[in-house]
Amino acid sequence: MIYYLKYDVQAICKRLVQEQLQNLGINYSLLNTNELDINQALPNDFLHALNSNLVKLGIEIVSSQKSILVQKIKDAIMELVNQEDKLILSKTSHYLAKILNHSYRYLSGTFSEITYTTIENYIILQKIEKAKDMITAGELTFTEIAWKLNYSSVAHLSMQFKNTTGFTPTLFKKIITQKKNNLILDTVNK
Amino acid sequence: MIKNEIIRILLADDDKDDRTDFIEAFETLKIATTVETVKNGIELMKYLNEPSTIIPHLLFLDLNMPKKSGLECLVEIKKIKKLKNLTLVIYSTSSSEKDIDDTFLNGANVYLKKPAHLIVLKKTLLHILTIDWQYHTSGLNRENYLLHL
Repeated sequence: MIYYLKYDVQAICKRLVQEQLQNLGINYSLLNTNELDINQALPNDFLHALNSNLVKLGIEIVSSQKSILVQKIKDAIMELVNQEDKLILSKTSHYLAKILNHSYRYLSGTFSEITYTTIENYIILQKIEKAKDMITAGELTFTEIAWKLNYSSVAHLSMQFKNTTGFTPTLFKKIITQKKNNLILDTVNK
Repeated sequence: MIKNEIIRILLADDDKDDRTDFIEAFETLKIATTVETVKNGIELMKYLNEPSTIIPHLLFLDLNMPKKSGLECLVEIKKIKKLKNLTLVIYSTSSSEKDIDDTFLNGANVYLKKPAHLIVLKKTLLHILTIDWQYHTSGLNRENYLLHL
Protein backbone atom coordinates (compact mmCIF):
# COMPACT_ATOMS: atom_id res chain seq x y z
CA MET A 1 0.00 0.00 0.00
CA ILE A 2 1.54 3.30 -0.99
CA TYR A 3 1.05 6.32 1.26
CA TYR A 4 1.66 9.89 0.21
CA LEU A 5 3.81 11.97 2.52
CA LYS A 6 3.48 15.68 3.11
CA TYR A 7 6.55 17.46 4.45
CA ASP A 8 6.63 20.49 6.73
CA VAL A 9 9.99 21.55 5.43
CA GLN A 10 10.55 24.40 7.88
CA ALA A 11 9.94 22.21 10.91
CA ILE A 12 12.14 19.40 9.58
CA CYS A 13 15.07 21.69 8.83
CA LYS A 14 14.88 23.45 12.15
CA ARG A 15 14.91 20.10 13.94
CA LEU A 16 17.92 18.87 11.97
CA VAL A 17 19.90 22.01 12.72
CA GLN A 18 19.00 21.84 16.40
CA GLU A 19 20.21 18.23 16.59
CA GLN A 20 23.51 19.08 14.91
CA LEU A 21 24.18 22.02 17.20
CA GLN A 22 23.18 20.14 20.33
CA ASN A 23 25.51 17.27 19.37
CA LEU A 24 28.36 19.72 19.09
CA GLY A 25 27.49 21.37 22.38
CA ILE A 26 27.29 24.84 20.84
CA ASN A 27 25.49 27.64 22.57
CA TYR A 28 23.09 29.10 20.02
CA SER A 29 19.74 30.67 19.23
CA LEU A 30 17.77 29.70 16.14
CA LEU A 31 15.79 32.71 15.02
CA ASN A 32 12.62 32.41 12.98
CA THR A 33 14.11 34.26 10.06
CA ASN A 34 16.41 31.32 9.19
CA GLU A 35 19.15 33.03 11.10
CA LEU A 36 21.43 31.20 13.46
CA ASP A 37 22.95 33.21 16.24
CA ILE A 38 25.95 31.46 17.78
CA ASN A 39 26.71 32.91 21.19
CA GLN A 40 30.41 32.09 21.25
CA ALA A 41 33.42 32.57 19.02
CA LEU A 42 33.93 29.59 16.73
CA PRO A 43 37.26 28.76 15.13
CA ASN A 44 37.11 28.65 11.32
CA ASP A 45 37.68 24.94 10.89
CA PHE A 46 34.95 24.24 13.43
CA LEU A 47 32.54 26.29 11.35
CA HIS A 48 33.72 24.42 8.28
CA ALA A 49 33.06 21.07 9.95
CA LEU A 50 29.60 22.21 11.04
CA ASN A 51 28.83 23.34 7.52
CA SER A 52 30.03 20.02 6.08
CA ASN A 53 27.70 18.10 8.37
CA LEU A 54 24.82 20.38 7.51
CA VAL A 55 25.50 20.17 3.77
CA LYS A 56 25.13 16.37 3.97
CA LEU A 57 21.63 17.02 5.28
CA GLY A 58 20.90 19.51 2.54
CA ILE A 59 21.37 22.58 4.71
CA GLU A 60 23.98 25.19 4.03
CA ILE A 61 25.48 28.10 5.94
CA VAL A 62 25.29 31.03 3.57
CA SER A 63 27.98 33.55 4.13
CA SER A 64 28.60 35.96 1.31
CA GLN A 65 26.54 39.14 1.55
CA LYS A 66 25.10 38.67 -1.90
CA SER A 67 24.24 35.03 -1.32
CA ILE A 68 22.53 35.94 1.91
CA LEU A 69 20.44 38.56 0.16
CA VAL A 70 19.53 36.12 -2.62
CA GLN A 71 18.47 33.56 -0.05
CA LYS A 72 16.30 36.15 1.66
CA ILE A 73 14.71 37.05 -1.66
CA LYS A 74 13.99 33.37 -2.33
CA ASP A 75 12.52 32.93 1.14
CA ALA A 76 10.29 35.98 0.65
CA ILE A 77 9.14 34.62 -2.68
CA MET A 78 8.37 31.21 -1.16
CA GLU A 79 6.22 32.93 1.46
CA LEU A 80 4.34 34.81 -1.23
CA VAL A 81 3.77 31.71 -3.33
CA ASN A 82 2.70 29.61 -0.35
CA GLN A 83 0.17 32.11 0.90
CA GLU A 84 -3.23 30.76 0.16
CA ASP A 85 -4.63 34.31 0.04
CA LYS A 86 -4.73 36.09 -3.25
CA LEU A 87 -1.22 37.10 -4.04
CA ILE A 88 -0.88 40.26 -6.01
CA LEU A 89 2.00 39.65 -8.36
CA SER A 90 2.00 43.08 -9.85
CA LYS A 91 3.01 44.44 -6.48
CA THR A 92 5.75 41.86 -5.87
CA SER A 93 8.49 44.35 -6.65
CA HIS A 94 7.14 46.78 -4.06
CA TYR A 95 6.69 44.01 -1.53
CA LEU A 96 10.24 42.70 -1.90
CA ALA A 97 11.79 46.15 -1.92
CA LYS A 98 9.88 47.03 1.22
CA ILE A 99 10.61 43.97 3.33
CA LEU A 100 14.22 43.60 2.23
CA ASN A 101 14.95 47.28 2.42
CA HIS A 102 16.71 47.63 -0.92
CA SER A 103 15.67 49.05 -4.26
CA TYR A 104 14.08 46.49 -6.53
CA ARG A 105 16.75 47.28 -9.08
CA TYR A 106 19.48 46.24 -6.66
CA LEU A 107 17.56 43.12 -5.64
CA SER A 108 17.01 42.12 -9.30
CA GLY A 109 20.60 42.67 -10.27
CA THR A 110 22.01 40.68 -7.37
CA PHE A 111 19.48 37.90 -7.81
CA SER A 112 20.27 37.46 -11.50
CA GLU A 113 23.99 37.53 -10.92
CA ILE A 114 23.88 34.72 -8.38
CA THR A 115 21.03 32.54 -9.69
CA TYR A 116 21.36 33.05 -13.44
CA THR A 117 17.66 33.77 -13.62
CA THR A 118 15.34 36.70 -12.95
CA ILE A 119 13.09 37.22 -9.94
CA GLU A 120 10.05 37.09 -12.22
CA ASN A 121 11.12 33.76 -13.74
CA TYR A 122 11.90 32.39 -10.31
CA ILE A 123 8.42 33.28 -9.06
CA ILE A 124 6.86 31.52 -12.04
CA LEU A 125 9.09 28.51 -11.45
CA GLN A 126 8.01 28.28 -7.81
CA LYS A 127 4.34 28.60 -8.71
CA ILE A 128 4.64 25.85 -11.29
CA GLU A 129 6.51 23.71 -8.77
CA LYS A 130 3.57 24.13 -6.43
CA ALA A 131 1.19 23.26 -9.23
CA LYS A 132 3.21 20.10 -9.88
CA ASP A 133 3.06 19.13 -6.20
CA MET A 134 -0.69 19.62 -6.18
CA ILE A 135 -1.09 17.61 -9.38
CA THR A 136 1.05 14.80 -7.96
CA ALA A 137 -0.96 14.76 -4.74
CA GLY A 138 -3.99 14.20 -6.93
CA GLU A 139 -6.58 15.75 -4.65
CA LEU A 140 -7.48 18.95 -6.47
CA THR A 141 -8.91 19.61 -9.91
CA PHE A 142 -7.01 21.86 -12.29
CA THR A 143 -9.59 24.54 -11.69
CA GLU A 144 -8.99 24.39 -7.94
CA ILE A 145 -5.22 24.48 -8.46
CA ALA A 146 -5.48 27.48 -10.77
CA TRP A 147 -7.59 29.28 -8.20
CA LYS A 148 -5.27 28.47 -5.29
CA LEU A 149 -2.28 29.78 -7.20
CA ASN A 150 -4.10 32.91 -8.23
CA TYR A 151 -4.28 32.28 -11.95
CA SER A 152 -7.17 34.03 -13.67
CA SER A 153 -8.26 30.75 -15.29
CA VAL A 154 -7.23 27.15 -15.95
CA ALA A 155 -6.20 28.30 -19.41
CA HIS A 156 -3.78 30.78 -17.89
CA LEU A 157 -2.32 28.12 -15.62
CA SER A 158 -2.02 25.69 -18.52
CA MET A 159 -0.28 28.26 -20.64
CA GLN A 160 2.28 29.10 -18.02
CA PHE A 161 2.70 25.43 -17.14
CA LYS A 162 3.35 24.55 -20.77
CA ASN A 163 5.74 27.46 -21.26
CA THR A 164 7.71 26.43 -18.21
CA THR A 165 7.77 22.64 -18.58
CA GLY A 166 6.84 21.88 -22.15
CA PHE A 167 3.92 19.80 -20.89
CA THR A 168 0.27 20.58 -20.47
CA PRO A 169 -0.93 19.89 -16.92
CA THR A 170 -2.95 16.97 -18.30
CA LEU A 171 0.02 15.30 -19.93
CA PHE A 172 2.18 15.92 -16.88
CA LYS A 173 -0.43 14.30 -14.69
CA LYS A 174 -0.63 11.34 -17.05
CA ILE A 175 3.12 10.75 -16.90
CA ILE A 176 3.30 11.12 -13.13
CA THR A 177 0.37 8.74 -12.66
CA GLN A 178 1.95 6.21 -14.97
CA LYS A 179 5.24 6.44 -13.10
CA LYS A 180 3.43 5.87 -9.82
CA ASN A 181 1.62 2.87 -11.28
CA ASN A 182 4.88 1.42 -12.57
CA LEU A 183 6.34 1.84 -9.11
CA ILE A 184 3.41 -0.03 -7.59
CA LEU A 185 3.79 -2.81 -10.16
CA ASP A 186 7.50 -3.08 -9.42
CA THR A 187 6.81 -3.31 -5.70
CA VAL A 188 4.10 -5.92 -6.19
CA ASN A 189 6.28 -8.00 -8.47
CA LYS A 190 9.21 -8.16 -6.05
CA MET B 1 30.70 29.37 1.62
CA ILE B 2 30.09 28.00 -1.83
CA LYS B 3 30.84 30.40 -4.65
CA ASN B 4 29.02 29.90 -7.93
CA GLU B 5 30.21 26.45 -8.98
CA ILE B 6 31.27 25.60 -12.49
CA ILE B 7 28.53 23.43 -13.95
CA ARG B 8 29.81 20.02 -15.07
CA ILE B 9 28.31 18.59 -18.22
CA LEU B 10 28.77 15.16 -19.73
CA LEU B 11 27.60 14.12 -23.20
CA ALA B 12 27.29 10.55 -24.45
CA ASP B 13 26.96 10.54 -28.23
CA ASP B 14 28.41 8.26 -30.90
CA ASP B 15 28.36 10.97 -33.59
CA LYS B 16 31.61 12.95 -33.74
CA ASP B 17 30.05 16.03 -35.40
CA ASP B 18 27.31 16.16 -32.79
CA ARG B 19 29.90 16.02 -30.04
CA THR B 20 31.86 18.86 -31.63
CA ASP B 21 28.77 21.02 -32.13
CA PHE B 22 27.72 20.40 -28.55
CA ILE B 23 31.06 21.53 -27.10
CA GLU B 24 31.01 24.57 -29.34
CA ALA B 25 27.53 25.53 -28.18
CA PHE B 26 28.76 25.84 -24.60
CA GLU B 27 31.77 27.93 -25.43
CA THR B 28 30.15 31.34 -25.52
CA LEU B 29 27.44 30.79 -22.93
CA LYS B 30 27.52 33.23 -20.05
CA ILE B 31 27.28 30.45 -17.47
CA ALA B 32 30.60 28.79 -16.55
CA THR B 33 30.69 25.13 -17.58
CA THR B 34 33.11 22.28 -18.26
CA VAL B 35 32.08 19.75 -20.89
CA GLU B 36 33.25 16.14 -21.22
CA THR B 37 32.15 13.66 -23.85
CA VAL B 38 32.07 9.88 -24.24
CA LYS B 39 31.45 7.95 -27.45
CA ASN B 40 29.00 5.25 -26.43
CA GLY B 41 27.00 3.64 -23.65
CA ILE B 42 29.70 1.27 -22.49
CA GLU B 43 32.25 4.07 -22.15
CA LEU B 44 29.61 6.10 -20.32
CA MET B 45 28.83 3.50 -17.67
CA LYS B 46 32.51 2.80 -17.17
CA TYR B 47 33.18 6.52 -16.66
CA LEU B 48 30.28 6.97 -14.23
CA ASN B 49 31.18 3.90 -12.19
CA GLU B 50 34.83 4.87 -11.89
CA PRO B 51 35.37 5.88 -8.22
CA SER B 52 37.65 8.78 -9.12
CA THR B 53 35.13 10.39 -11.49
CA ILE B 54 33.51 13.56 -10.20
CA ILE B 55 29.84 13.13 -10.99
CA PRO B 56 28.62 15.78 -13.44
CA HIS B 57 25.59 17.97 -12.79
CA LEU B 58 23.98 17.13 -16.12
CA LEU B 59 24.24 14.15 -18.44
CA PHE B 60 23.13 14.52 -22.03
CA LEU B 61 22.37 11.09 -23.41
CA ASP B 62 21.86 10.23 -27.05
CA LEU B 63 19.23 7.54 -27.49
CA ASN B 64 20.62 5.85 -30.58
CA MET B 65 24.02 4.52 -29.70
CA PRO B 66 25.46 1.20 -30.81
CA LYS B 67 26.28 -1.62 -28.31
CA LYS B 68 24.38 0.04 -25.45
CA SER B 69 21.47 2.39 -26.16
CA GLY B 70 20.65 5.56 -24.28
CA LEU B 71 17.56 3.93 -22.83
CA GLU B 72 19.56 0.97 -21.47
CA CYS B 73 21.99 3.41 -19.87
CA LEU B 74 19.12 5.41 -18.41
CA VAL B 75 17.63 2.33 -16.75
CA GLU B 76 21.01 1.36 -15.33
CA ILE B 77 21.79 4.85 -14.08
CA LYS B 78 18.51 5.11 -12.19
CA LYS B 79 19.61 2.12 -10.08
CA ILE B 80 22.87 3.70 -8.93
CA LYS B 81 22.55 5.57 -5.63
CA LYS B 82 25.45 7.96 -6.06
CA LEU B 83 23.91 9.20 -9.32
CA LYS B 84 20.55 10.16 -7.85
CA ASN B 85 21.10 13.89 -8.19
CA LEU B 86 22.39 13.66 -11.73
CA THR B 87 20.08 15.47 -14.13
CA LEU B 88 19.31 13.21 -17.05
CA VAL B 89 18.73 14.87 -20.40
CA ILE B 90 17.77 12.70 -23.32
CA TYR B 91 19.27 14.35 -26.37
CA SER B 92 17.92 12.82 -29.51
CA THR B 93 16.99 13.31 -33.15
CA SER B 94 13.86 11.29 -32.52
CA SER B 95 10.52 12.94 -31.96
CA SER B 96 8.55 9.72 -31.67
CA GLU B 97 5.98 9.86 -28.92
CA LYS B 98 6.97 6.40 -27.77
CA ASP B 99 10.59 7.44 -27.31
CA ILE B 100 9.54 10.52 -25.41
CA ASP B 101 7.14 8.63 -23.14
CA ASP B 102 9.67 5.86 -22.55
CA THR B 103 12.37 8.26 -21.50
CA PHE B 104 10.22 10.05 -18.96
CA LEU B 105 8.70 6.85 -17.63
CA ASN B 106 12.21 5.52 -17.13
CA GLY B 107 13.23 8.50 -15.07
CA ALA B 108 14.76 11.07 -17.42
CA ASN B 109 14.31 14.68 -16.38
CA VAL B 110 14.60 16.45 -19.71
CA TYR B 111 13.83 15.47 -23.28
CA LEU B 112 15.63 17.62 -25.81
CA LYS B 113 15.22 17.16 -29.52
CA LYS B 114 18.51 17.93 -31.27
CA PRO B 115 17.97 21.29 -32.99
CA ALA B 116 19.19 21.85 -36.52
CA HIS B 117 20.94 25.12 -35.76
CA LEU B 118 23.71 25.96 -33.37
CA ILE B 119 22.01 29.18 -32.31
CA VAL B 120 18.86 27.33 -31.28
CA LEU B 121 21.00 24.79 -29.44
CA LYS B 122 22.80 27.53 -27.51
CA LYS B 123 19.53 29.14 -26.52
CA THR B 124 18.02 25.84 -25.42
CA LEU B 125 21.11 24.82 -23.46
CA LEU B 126 21.09 28.12 -21.61
CA HIS B 127 17.46 27.54 -20.74
CA ILE B 128 18.17 24.02 -19.46
CA LEU B 129 21.18 25.14 -17.43
CA THR B 130 19.21 27.95 -15.84
CA ILE B 131 16.37 25.70 -14.77
CA ASP B 132 18.73 22.96 -13.69
CA TRP B 133 20.69 25.38 -11.56
CA GLN B 134 17.50 26.15 -9.62
CA TYR B 135 17.10 22.43 -8.90
CA HIS B 136 20.65 22.31 -7.60
CA THR B 137 20.35 25.39 -5.45
CA SER B 138 16.75 25.82 -4.35
CA GLY B 139 15.76 22.39 -3.07
CA LEU B 140 13.06 21.81 -5.65
CA ASN B 141 11.45 18.40 -5.94
CA ARG B 142 13.47 16.28 -8.35
CA GLU B 143 10.66 13.73 -8.62
CA ASN B 144 8.66 16.34 -10.51
CA TYR B 145 11.60 17.52 -12.59
CA LEU B 146 10.29 16.99 -16.10
CA LEU B 147 11.06 19.25 -19.01
CA HIS B 148 10.21 18.76 -22.65
CA LEU B 149 11.97 20.98 -25.15
